[in-house]
Amino acid sequence: MPEPLAECAGVTRRFGRLTVVDGVDLAVGPGEVVGLLGANGAGKTTLIRMLLGLLPVSGGSVRLFGRPPSRAARRRIGYVPQGLGLYEDLTVAENLAFSRAVFAGSVSASSATPATGVPRPLRRYAGICVRDLPLGVARRAAFTQALEHAPELLLLDEPTSGVDPLGRARLWETIGETVAAGAGAIVTTHAMEEAGECSRLVVLASGRVVAEGTVAEIVGRARTAVVRSGDWAAALRRLEAAGVRALLSGQTLRVPDRAAADVARALAGLPVQVGEEPATLEERFFGLVAAKVPG
Amino acid sequence: MTGWGADAVSVRFGSRLALDLVTVTAVPGQVTAVVGADGAGKTTLLRCLAGALAPSAGAVRRPPARRIGYLPSGTGVYVDLSVTENLTFRSVTYGIPASAARRHIGDYLERTGLDAAADRLAGQLSGGMLRKLGVVAAMLPEPKLLVLDEPTTGVDPVSRADLWWLIARAAAGGAAVLMSTTYTDEAARAARVLVLDSGRTLAEGTPAEIVAAIPGTIAVLPGPPATAEERRLAWRRAGAWRLWQPPPVSLPAAAPSAAALSAVSSPAAAPSAVSSPAAPLQAASSPADSASAPPSPAVSWPAAPSSAAPSAAVSSPAVSSPVGAGPPGRRSELVTPDLQDAVCVAALRRELDAAGPFGALGVGDA
Repeated sequence: MPEPLAECAGVTRRFGRLTVVDGVDLAVGPGEVVGLLGANGAGKTTLIRMLLGLLPVSGGSVRLFGRPPSRAARRRIGYVPQGLGLYEDLTVAENLAFSRAVFAGSVSASSATPATGVPRPLRRYAGICVRDLPLGVARRAAFTQALEHAPELLLLDEPTSGVDPLGRARLWETIGETVAAGAGAIVTTHAMEEAGECSRLVVLASGRVVAEGTVAEIVGRARTAVVRSGDWAAALRRLEAAGVRALLSGQTLRVPDRAAADVARALAGLPVQVGEEPATLEERFFGLVAAKVPG
Repeated sequence: MTGWGADAVSVRFGSRLALDLVTVTAVPGQVTAVVGADGAGKTTLLRCLAGALAPSAGAVRRPPARRIGYLPSGTGVYVDLSVTENLTFRSVTYGIPASAARRHIGDYLERTGLDAAADRLAGQLSGGMLRKLGVVAAMLPEPKLLVLDEPTTGVDPVSRADLWWLIARAAAGGAAVLMSTTYTDEAARAARVLVLDSGRTLAEGTPAEIVAAIPGTIAVLPGPPATAEERRLAWRRAGAWRLWQPPPVSLPAAAPSAAALSAVSSPAAAPSAVSSPAAPLQAASSPADSASAPPSPAVSWPAAPSSAAPSAAVSSPAVSSPVGAGPPGRRSELVTPDLQDAVCVAALRRELDAAGPFGALGVGDA
C-alpha cells in the first residue's frame, strides 16, 4: 500500500473542556477521495484545520506526506475553503496572478496554463470581479486557483454548495481528473447526492468516527418503513402521536430505523399500506448520528 | 387551477430579467419545491408569492398578508432577541391569542430540540437551529400559504430532518407550502417541483412527470466519455458517467443516425417525445404530451448555426456520430433516471441550445 498523503492517528482537539475532535483515525492515499460526513459541530472543519497545520492537535498526531504539517507541506496542498478563498474585489485574472505569485516556484512546469493566462472555461470571465460572478463560475475559479500548482492533496470544504446539478457534476469531473492523475482528496459535504462521488466515506458525530466505508457499506442492511396512504397527513399525525417521526416524500411517508410491523401497529385502523425499503444514506445517517448525540 | 401561485410572472431589475414568465402553483396540503442554483431566481419568485415584491408582469394569487408565513433568505428572525422572545413577538404581531401561542411555541420548541436553547439569543444559534427557529416563527400564525426560502441550505442532515418534519406538519395542517432548495434529492420529496435556471422554467410538474418527460434515454458509460460527442452529452455522477441519448429524430438528412443510435436507444425514445429545446421540460398533466409539443422539433435542435450550415462536419448532436456507442466493444447500460438526471438533461439542453454546435465544442472560446 502506498504511503498515505495525509494521516490522522488518534487525533483529538479540545477547546477548554469541550472535546471537538475525539480520537479520529483517518488516512487518504493517492487516487482516493475521502468524504467527511457529519452534522454541524461534528468536528469536520476543526479536523481540516488540524490537517492544514492551522490548528495544533491536543492529542494524537497528524502527518502530511509522512511528516508533521509544515509550510513546505502546505505547498503541496490545494485547498478550497467554504468561503472560496478568492478576493472579491479582484478580477478572476488578478486572483489567479496573485495565487501564482504566492506559489511561485512550486507551480508545476506541466501546468497547462501559461503563466499569465486564464484557462479557457474561465477566459470570458477573466476581467470580471469575483463578487460579480455567478456562484458556479466563482467556484470554478476557486478550483482553478487551488489546482494550478498541481497539488498532491486536495482539501475541499463543501466544494459544490449552491451549484446546480450539472455545474456540480462538472466540478466533480475536475476533482476526478486530478485524483485519477494520482492526487488524493478529502471533501466535507452535507449533500448526500455528493457522497456517491467519494471512494470512501468517514462519518463523524460529536467528534468521533461512527462509520466508515463506501455508501453501500455504511447503509448496510438498514431498512426504512414506507407508508403509502391516500391521506398521508392523517398517517403523519397518528405516527406523531405515537412518538414516531416520519419524513414526507412525495405522497408517502418514510420512517427510518423502524420495522414495518411496528409502524403498521401504530397506524392500525387507517387505510394504509406499510412496506420496507432499503434505507438511503441520509436515513442511515440519522440513525448513526442520533445514536451518538444524547437527547 | 386551485391554490395559490404565480401566473406567467416576470420580474425586471433594471435591465436584468430576473424572472421570465414563470408559473407555479402551491396547493393546500402539499409541498411545492422550487429548485435551482444560486442566482436562478428562486428568491425573487418566493418574494413575489410572499407579497414582498411586486412582479413587473403576470399575476400572483396569495392569501391576505396575515395568512402568509414567510421565511426570507436571511435569518428571518431578530438576532438580538432570544428564541422565546422572537416567537412571542411574532405571535403578538399576528394577533395570536396568548394561550394558543404558548401552547404552540412549547410544542414546536420541544419537537425541534430548540427548547434547550429557548433563552439563547437567536444570533448565537448554530445554522441549523437558526433555520428551525425561522421556520417555526413562519408557521406560528398557521398560515394558508407558507413560503420558505432555502430553509435547509447549509444545514446538516439531522437538522434537515427536523425541518422536513416541520414542513410536513404544516402541509398536514392544510397549508400550501412553497419552499426553495438547491438540493435535487430534497426537491424530490415534494409533491410538485419547479426547476428554475437563469430566471426561466427548465421543468415543472410532479417529480415523476418531470422524469417521464426527459426526451430520449440516459445510460451509464463504461468509462469516461471517449468522443467529443460523448463529452458534450455526459456528466459525472456517483463516480461514473451518465450519458444523455437524445431521441432519434426524423430529419431526412439524419437518416443514418437512427441506425447508429439503435444499439442503445429504447422504445421510450419515440420521436413524439421530442420537444423544442427552447421550451421547458414541461410535464403535461394529460398523457397526450405529444399533442402539445411543437410539430417540427427536430430541425430546431440545436438552434442557430446548424440550420445555417447543415454540413456533415457540423451537424446537430443528435444526428452526428454514434452517441453512446463509442469505440467498438464499449457498451453503455440504460438507467432509470431520477429528478437529478432530469435537471441535468434540461441544463444540458439549454447549454447546447445557447451555445450552438460551435460554442458547445468550445470553438468560440479558443
